[in-house]
Amino acid sequence: MRYRILALILLGVTLGGCSEGVLDPKGPIAAAERLILFNSLGIMLAIVIPTILATLAVAFWFRASNLRAAYLPDFEYSGRLELLVWSIPAMTVLLVGGVAWVGAHDLDPRKPISSSVTPVTVQVVSLDWKWLFIYPEQGIASVNKLVVPVGTPVSFELTSSSVMNSFHVPQLGSQIYTMSGMVTRLHLQADHPGTYPGRSTMFSGDGFSDMRFTVDAMTDSGFAQWARQARQTGPALDTQALADLAKPSKAVAPFTYRTVAADLFSGIVDAGMGTQEPSLPICSTPQRAEP
Amino acid sequence: MNLLGKLDWSAIPLHQPIVMAATAFMALVVVAVLGFITMKGAWPYLWREWLTSVDHKRIGVMYCILALVMLLRGFSDAIMMRAQQAVAAGGAQGYLPTEHFDQIFSAHGTIMIFFMAMPFVVGLMNFAVPLQLGIRDVAFPTLNSVSFWLTAAGALLINVSLAVGEFSKAGWWGYPPLSELQYSPGVGVDYYLWSLQISGLGTLLSGINFVTTILKMRAPGMSYMRMPVFCWTSLATNLLIVAAFPVLTAALAMLLLDRYLGFHFFTNEAGGNQMLYANLFWVWGHPEVYILILPAFGVFSEVIATFSGKPLFGYRSMVVATMAICILSFFVWLHHFFTMGASANVNGFFGVMSMIIALPTGVKIYNWLFTMYGGRVRLTVPVLWTVGFMVTFVIGGMTGVLHAVPPVSFQLHNSVFLIAHFHNVIIGGVLFGAMAGYTYWFPKAFGFALDERWGKASFWCWFVGFYLAFMPLYLLGLMGMTRRMQHYDDPAWQPWLVVAMIGAVVILGGIICQIVQLVVSIRARDKLRVTADPWNGRTLEWATASPPPAWNFSSAPNVTGRDAFWTSKRRDRARQDRPGSAHVYEPIEMPKNSATGFVSAFFAVLIGFSMIWHIWWLACVGLFGAFATLLAFAFRRHPEFEVPAKQIAQFERAQSAGAAA
Amino acid sequence: MNIAAAIDSVPPEALPSASETGPAPKRVVVAYGFWILLLSDIVMFAALFASYAILVRATAGGPTGAQLFNQTTVAIETACLLVSSYTCGLMSLAVNSRNRLGTYLGALVTFALGATFLTLELREFADMIAHGATPQRSAFLSAFFTLVGCHGLHVALGLIWLVVMMVQVAVMGFVDSVQHRLLCFSLFWHALDIVWVGVFTVVYLMGISL
Repeated sequence: MRYRILALILLGVTLGGCSEGVLDPKGPIAAAERLILFNSLGIMLAIVIPTILATLAVAFWFRASNLRAAYLPDFEYSGRLELLVWSIPAMTVLLVGGVAWVGAHDLDPRKPISSSVTPVTVQVVSLDWKWLFIYPEQGIASVNKLVVPVGTPVSFELTSSSVMNSFHVPQLGSQIYTMSGMVTRLHLQADHPGTYPGRSTMFSGDGFSDMRFTVDAMTDSGFAQWARQARQTGPALDTQALADLAKPSKAVAPFTYRTVAADLFSGIVDAGMGTQEPSLPICSTPQRAEP
Repeated sequence: MNLLGKLDWSAIPLHQPIVMAATAFMALVVVAVLGFITMKGAWPYLWREWLTSVDHKRIGVMYCILALVMLLRGFSDAIMMRAQQAVAAGGAQGYLPTEHFDQIFSAHGTIMIFFMAMPFVVGLMNFAVPLQLGIRDVAFPTLNSVSFWLTAAGALLINVSLAVGEFSKAGWWGYPPLSELQYSPGVGVDYYLWSLQISGLGTLLSGINFVTTILKMRAPGMSYMRMPVFCWTSLATNLLIVAAFPVLTAALAMLLLDRYLGFHFFTNEAGGNQMLYANLFWVWGHPEVYILILPAFGVFSEVIATFSGKPLFGYRSMVVATMAICILSFFVWLHHFFTMGASANVNGFFGVMSMIIALPTGVKIYNWLFTMYGGRVRLTVPVLWTVGFMVTFVIGGMTGVLHAVPPVSFQLHNSVFLIAHFHNVIIGGVLFGAMAGYTYWFPKAFGFALDERWGKASFWCWFVGFYLAFMPLYLLGLMGMTRRMQHYDDPAWQPWLVVAMIGAVVILGGIICQIVQLVVSIRARDKLRVTADPWNGRTLEWATASPPPAWNFSSAPNVTGRDAFWTSKRRDRARQDRPGSAHVYEPIEMPKNSATGFVSAFFAVLIGFSMIWHIWWLACVGLFGAFATLLAFAFRRHPEFEVPAKQIAQFERAQSAGAAA
Repeated sequence: MNIAAAIDSVPPEALPSASETGPAPKRVVVAYGFWILLLSDIVMFAALFASYAILVRATAGGPTGAQLFNQTTVAIETACLLVSSYTCGLMSLAVNSRNRLGTYLGALVTFALGATFLTLELREFADMIAHGATPQRSAFLSAFFTLVGCHGLHVALGLIWLVVMMVQVAVMGFVDSVQHRLLCFSLFWHALDIVWVGVFTVVYLMGISL
């Protein structure tokens, strides 16, 4: 029964032309999250659909004009029904609550993906309004394009050099906030080669609608080749280049940096933590122009 | 030193034709209304009977009028957004530039929550709670008027932002650092902050007033377990207001200090912590959704019992469930940001708590179901809203519980799936409830009923329109569409957004039907005239005349059981006698009208506006004026007057004569 | 025959339970409403306390509490406020016996102590600002000035209120509304004490160890 409902939903959604969304996972995290979504939905639909039908049926049958229906003007309490009334939602909550608790631990964004493959580290910085991806192991960086090797866990460290954003690739799974002065962690993996859309989901100002990036999942050799190429072309990412990049701009075409200055990422985080004195004690200069 | 602070002619957005057209339209409407009142010479009447009234019924009606007007404003924002997203696909930019679109979605959320939903539920509580409790007025009638006018002052400020300056572009939560001076240097966020602070103060005072009223002012014999469920849900709501709104006040005050004095609560610099704001905001924000929905639950409970001709099923369960929601609502706020990066235990705890709060809510659904069971359900307009609510709300509840599963939230947070979810519960719950209450109590307030046919048409438009507008958003959320996008690339989304747009148009039809319903009913009011008890009611508000006299009850009702009026009707029928014909009435002491509310709101607007534009001297004038108003109130000699017994007896005689005829 | 026995002789069901007696008298309603207002105020302070606790270590390289706080001043401030609560209580007693002179005297001493507290606090603030420890210096100092300043603002408002009340006593006499307001004032003044105990503990006592 439950699976039939699930199949129906799936059918409906696929008919809806649902591609590139959370229902079309390309990695283990997204797949597990889709499964949890379906399980929770299934548990609840099993109770929600009968409730809706019962509501409509009772309202219709006991309508005032239907004289065949019994009239019980004093029916206001029944211990058995009360028990039922509390236990139906309680059972549902128990089941879904279990799913939630287990899921929160299994799919904790901080938890590394267990794999025999050594993970790749990517440091993510959200800027106004673009994404910077730093590959500390490869010594390169990329803007608005994330390249990852297929079948390899990717370990993300994320921060923001501006306002809060949220890093999300629906087909790979969990999103996470990027916040100035703080580092969040996320582990994702792509299982199939391909190009997947990613974007910021937390509203961040004028350039928000264009604050998207693409994820290229490549084979190991493809990834290595891309990294090699990146090391040979493009500008170097130092403090000055970062300051230039940080200036507000919209819909920036992807490009790469051939080198990355050491400790650049932790520098961004420290700047946001405000361990040093504020630049201007009374009023900070507006970074974004007044409209 | 500029005497007008930051204010100059460039504040008026002359270069934005859409804004100017909207401003011109609003100005036209305001001028037309004011002109009409002047032409009719109705100012003295309005001033005497409404603007300075401290009568809870009048204040309740004014709250509802404010809510309905703001519904129109908020809805025009909504339909503009739907139209924008229906066209801005692929490379297209649509017709709304980003900076305008950003203001629209911020204003839509702020207006709909603070100036539509809040006034509507507070208005219904104002009107019905004292009547249901069988008392003359609330605990502090003048304070009640102050509360209303402060809410109206906030609403005025937010509408002024359309013509003078701009509104916030940081969303209705105003998360820093985006809302900090560094990233939002304009006056938009200041408009947001000051209008919320002013109306928030009004709401807090109203909450204090109602908690005191319900706990200390019930009619003789009205024990807690005899209170109508609407009074219970109102009690819970106002307790939540008292406990939650101060947190919002504090959070917004910190943001104000950051913006005005360069403090560092939430900045990116000097150790500020942006997530502190998010936490404080949602510590208020989650109770807030229950502040809105609980009175609606109360309305549904009254409506379903009355029109089923049965007592509410499981009264005790309902009370327990209401109070459980009241308490649990403070333990779930973190589910608004599971994606913050908290530990699995924290996420798991708040996920499970968020589900536990669904348990009492589910219980309520079944209790309403069993109330209808064995009843004689009259399918009137309020019942349609109620059944429509029950069907819609379980879907919204289900998607809500989905969001409470952290891994699902990781995927659907900030998507339009979330938008669909909370519109599902706010439209399907709060708005349907407000509409049910509006139709249910309208005859009590004005002495004539609303037209049924137009009411039904309105319901069906809203109902169908809602599904058309928001079911596609669920799907789009699963397809990966993020909220608040001014344009998007994926052309596959467009057909669904067009469907959503059509849904919004159908809802517009529902709103038009409501306006027509009101006009038609007013014109046919003599035919729609009702007695004191048009619905065969169960609670005390139906025991007094429609509309009730200023003093509500000519003699204090003596409550002997639950469903007080129903019980007394049964008893009278059993005794076969007519009560009250030879009744001796006593004079009643009533609070005098007071301009305190209106005047203090005037000064509140002055303070808010001058703070927004940095006109410091004017703010001082406003502050001084507010203080002077308070002093004038404190030094009043005779705040009360006495209604003579003769007048009361006369009123009652006229009533029974009318009923006999 | 004593009263207790007389009450005992009434069958219990004939007495309405406390929740069925009808609307409470005005004095009770006013005090009750004011209590709720105070509770909401304390909730607001709770939010400020929570923010302070979160930001207390966010000194951004600036001065810490241990470097800034002067325990002697704070001790005198605390003493002023606690004693003023006592004199406020004396004033309430005078109000109850409708003793004008006692009321004025109680109010005067309360006002003087409150004003001393406020002066000391403002001097402490001025001193900190003079040493560069402004609220704009760090998130910790923002939170400190807001929390302590908010309490100070309440004290200042209380002083204005007290003056207004004395004018009311002089002009209107001990009418019901004035009595109710004096009752509310004493509730307010005691609530400020409670908040100050929190401020003293969380900010100053715990501040030395940081």
